[in-house]
Amino acid sequence: MSKQGTLITVNGKSYGRVVDARLTLADFLRHEINLTGTHLGCEHGVCGACTVLVDGRSVRSCLMFAVQANGCEVTTVEGLAPDGKLSVLQQAFIDNHGLQCGFCTPGMLITLTELLREKPQPSEQDVREAITGNLCRCTGYAGIVKAALDAAQRLRNGAGKAGAR
Amino acid sequence: MKPATFDYHAPRQLKEAIELLAKLPNAKILAGGQSLVPMMNFRYVIVDHLIDLGGLDELRGITLGNGLLRIGAMTRQRDLEVSPEIAKHCPLMSEALRHVGHRQTRNRGTIGGSLAHADPAAELPAVCAAYDATVHAVSVRGIRQIPFREFAAGFMATALKSDEMIAAVDVPIWRLGHGHGFHEFARRQGDFAITGAAALLDVGVDNVVRRATLTLFGVTASPLRVEAAESRLVGQPLDAGAIRAAAAAAWLIEPISDIHAGGEYRRHLAQVLSSRALNDAARRAGVTA
Repeated sequence: MSKQGTLITVNGKSYGRVVDARLTLADFLRHEINLTGTHLGCEHGVCGACTVLVDGRSVRSCLMFAVQANGCEVTTVEGLAPDGKLSVLQQAFIDNHGLQCGFCTPGMLITLTELLREKPQPSEQDVREAITGNLCRCTGYAGIVKAALDAAQRLRNGAGKAGAR
Repeated sequence: MKPATFDYHAPRQLKEAIELLAKLPNAKILAGGQSLVPMMNFRYVIVDHLIDLGGLDELRGITLGNGLLRIGAMTRQRDLEVSPEIAKHCPLMSEALRHVGHRQTRNRGTIGGSLAHADPAAELPAVCAAYDATVHAVSVRGIRQIPFREFAAGFMATALKSDEMIAAVDVPIWRLGHGHGFHEFARRQGDFAITGAAALLDVGVDNVVRRATLTLFGVTASPLRVEAAESRLVGQPLDAGAIRAAAAAAWLIEPISDIHAGGEYRRHLAQVLSSRALNDAARRAGVTA
């Protein structure tokens, strides 16, 4: 029973696999279905790079086993730009120097996507608190915070009619 | 940084879960996994069997009745954080939850998991100590109700037997209008507290304190009720002097020393944070102290 079947919907597409029970959701995404946008920094729940949405909620995919996600809907960074068209938040990251090396970016984007969905008018404090669980070693966070606030403004002004996705 | 191999079990009913726990050797319960899985990834913890409670809807939810809130063990921390019932009847828990890890960990982490993990610096055990909560432990032998002060048995240790798991926790409700205060010091938001303090105050006519609890965490192996502070408050009119005297009782504790901070520093923090928590509680109870 150390091998188990799991059926996970990732970015709208279903993937059924028989996997080791110990396989994390992060490794499932990266190695089983080759979605390498989700990054693994620390593998013990500290850095936040592996953050994905599971049934709409941000979670650390290194702290969840793929078998636990059986029947769940997962959104990864690839799912934010389904047709290669960047989301409003992603575009705001580019425009506001919200990334440099890009390692933390997938986790930042997913975390902030959840925030903007729930709080269309976040304060700077809200943004800073939302990303306390995501480490960035390049930007000093200033560009990321600016990008999030800019994206919120653009969304309120009607950009990206599908919402922040 | 990968966990060792284990067998995975996903029971659909509580009965099935406790039977598995009774039967399987070297088995552990997987609740939210936000502490257990890092420990497995580091291989501090190696199990042969993991029993995932994620599918047990019967262990999720908050019910109000008989003067208490009953919280299912698998209720996610995030659900507690945004619950109007918790905010109304157990406001100390709402406030404490903002300090528990990060949004991503609260989305998965559960109250039962926090209590069973029993980290000395964790917030939810401190809240349970403050309200004198009762833990419901289930096993194939039946249900056992354990007062929280007996449940917290020591450093990352609980009164649970190896075949027992937490099904729910009962939090007695204080009178509406009671005051609460919660302060902790950590180097970064979301880190475990070096020291924290939680205060509850119920104030009657002429500002006389009817009930008071002061709980410190991160200072000893388990959350610590500062009874000397509580007895200095109850029956006395609540004013700045009374709060000062109560907070000063925090000097009497014998805190642990570790790599994060020395005992003397923790004792200093305990006094300062107690004072802040008591002042917040007084203000929220309608007293300007």
